[in-house]
Amino acid sequence: MNLIEFLLRNRAEVFELILEHLFLVFVSTGVAIAIGVPLGILLTRKPALSKPVLGVANIMQTVPSLALFGFLIPVNLFLFNVRILGGIGARTAIVALVLYALLPIIRNTYTGISGVDPAIREAGRGMGMTDRQLLFQVELPLALGVIISGIRVATVICVGTATIAAAIDAGGLGRYIFRGLRMNDNVLILAGAVPAALIAVGADLLLGFFERTIQTAEAVKARSRKILWATGVAIGILAIVGLINFSSGTSSARVAIGSKDFTEQVILGELLAQSIADKTGLNVERRFDLGGTLAHEALVAGEIDAYVEYTGTALLAILKGQPASDPAEVYRRVKSEYARRFKVDWTEPLGFNNTFAVLVRSADAKKLGLKTISDAAKFSSQWRAGFGQDFISRADGYEGFARAYGLRFKEVREMDLSLTYRALANGQVDLIAGNSTDGLITRYGLVELQDDRHYFPPYDAVPVIRETTLEKHPEIRAVLKQLGGILTVEEMRQLNYAADGEKRQPKDIVKEFLAKKLPQ
Amino acid sequence: MSFRLSDGRTLLDDLNLEIPRGETLVLLGRSGSGKTTTMKLINRLLDPTDGEVDVEGKSTLSWDPIRLRRHIGYVIQEIGLFPHLTVEQNIGIVPRLEGWEAEKIATRACDLLTMVGLDPNRFAKRFPRELSGGQRQRVGVARALAADPPIILLDEPFGALDPITRQEIQQEFRGLQQRLKKTMVFVTHDVREAFVLANRIGLILDGKMVLLGPPSDLLSSTHPEARAFAACFFDTHSAGSAS
Repeated sequence: MNLIEFLLRNRAEVFELILEHLFLVFVSTGVAIAIGVPLGILLTRKPALSKPVLGVANIMQTVPSLALFGFLIPVNLFLFNVRILGGIGARTAIVALVLYALLPIIRNTYTGISGVDPAIREAGRGMGMTDRQLLFQVELPLALGVIISGIRVATVICVGTATIAAAIDAGGLGRYIFRGLRMNDNVLILAGAVPAALIAVGADLLLGFFERTIQTAEAVKARSRKILWATGVAIGILAIVGLINFSSGTSSARVAIGSKDFTEQVILGELLAQSIADKTGLNVERRFDLGGTLAHEALVAGEIDAYVEYTGTALLAILKGQPASDPAEVYRRVKSEYARRFKVDWTEPLGFNNTFAVLVRSADAKKLGLKTISDAAKFSSQWRAGFGQDFISRADGYEGFARAYGLRFKEVREMDLSLTYRALANGQVDLIAGNSTDGLITRYGLVELQDDRHYFPPYDAVPVIRETTLEKHPEIRAVLKQLGGILTVEEMRQLNYAADGEKRQPKDIVKEFLAKKLPQ
Repeated sequence: MSFRLSDGRTLLDDLNLEIPRGETLVLLGRSGSGKTTTMKLINRLLDPTDGEVDVEGKSTLSWDPIRLRRHIGYVIQEIGLFPHLTVEQNIGIVPRLEGWEAEKIATRACDLLTMVGLDPNRFAKRFPRELSGGQRQRVGVARALAADPPIILLDEPFGALDPITRQEIQQEFRGLQQRLKKTMVFVTHDVREAFVLANRIGLILDGKMVLLGPPSDLLSSTHPEARAFAACFFDTHSAGSAS
């Protein structure tokens, strides 16, 4: 399916995502103008502040956006009972975007006004203009072109950064990009990236036109200049009102289910959401596709009530513990640590372990009689191996793995994880480390070798839920108990394949699965 | 009255003078002698460190600085016309700040343009960058006169002009001066200009007033600085050059 076809077929959704994207950009640029222009003016009045303020704004721009989201999610800042900072969703995304957009606006306002010819300023003062009159009648009109070019830069930054906001469930075209990256689907990535790029170019052209019109300020009569200022103020007010409305509209007595940003997680999120909704009748809100460790942060911050975590990830990435190989031991450790540190409960494991699966072609396995990784070790010097970037670099990845089994490959090729399966099937490599639940394992008829030395830590999938949520809705506990052991590795592979390979909707896949497994 | 910078440097040292109503006092001196500082003390862009400056019998410190400045016309060498406003709007700034009606401002701008020798029909709607240097200076003077202030400060207003234009505009300004009878303080380093315009000349050297009197005093003085300026006057005169 090509891009045009995709966009046409999904035009309603594309349109919605574009609107969400424009909303994010519009509100955050508006708020950034409302803060940045007065702040820039203040700096021209108190030059001693300019270094520290511009320095901080500069640093804000260098903070990676995912990291910034991570910092903002646990923050709880209220103003008149309205939460203005923290949590997942558009509010936090807008705050982050505003922080990014501030620098060019503050800097250009400051330099624009400072750049006004001192003789003109002196003439104004000498004629008896008050500071305010000088500012509004002389300095701002003369600096307007420079200020608008700052706004132009800020807007383009916002359009670009807003795509990342999808990682914290803020919507926008980033949804397509993240979904496309997850499913290794170029059409989806382009379906997000191309409209975003067009928005950026469009905004740039529009504001550039505006800037030129202003700079030939002769064309702007005093009255239209007034209209211009009024428009600016109106945009600022609208943006703030929008932000506040948005902030206040999110709290309710619903149960929010989260997920990380890959297919299996979306399916497991659906699994939790549908079974809780079906069995308890509670209102369920879905806040899926949270990037990095944002799902964990959102859970701890109370933005979501539950999601599915993996024991090994919790131990290594969140608790920063030492790797351990016994599944029961790891489960026990994360359960007690989470209860103590986060007031979060680890419920029944779902039954499968999404660990690294060391894979070979079934023909090789049969011919050479391979069952375990140790069996394969003796052939490694004749083999080429293919690994994803993640496996090469992580703590429990390639290096320790090769050491544990005494592996010495003829060649190790680093490639995108999703490509390794095909490379193995096509005979370009002879051994890969995939994900044990990946649907492609079945599709390509690959054989998983047993981790006989127990090198890989267990990654058992387990729903985690806030203790306060269980207290408020004790009926959820029974539902989660029913989900215990519901999925084998093979079943998870099939569900993943239904989504990634057959491009079916996770919602439908899970509905079908639950109807079969847990009939009413 | 004296004026010192915060780093202790003295710009004006014990300056003492009185300017009667209707007089044109020319402050003459080299660059950096303290002429501009004296001007800024009059319209309170600066406050004196010692002593006081009285305008119409009242210390500048007890004037509201905004009121004081609107009471005093001010022309600077760089002119400082606002580039985003037309000639008419530039002239109308102080009247507008003072809340005059639009029609009255327009009439006033028109009268002033005629007075400084510019045809209102041709120039009122132009922007400063569409004017020549001399035309800009004329607009600068017109702007300073707009709200009919009794006092005008002119800080080397014709400094950036070519010699011919400069001479023309000096002559016209002299006519204007005689008609308007304003109190004027005119700063220049050009001794010839001082002779054309001054009722009295104040010669400033390193922040001190070394001579104050009618132009003829400058020629008869034995003070070395006065003789240096007098020599310039005779040089330029005998050479027949305007500058």
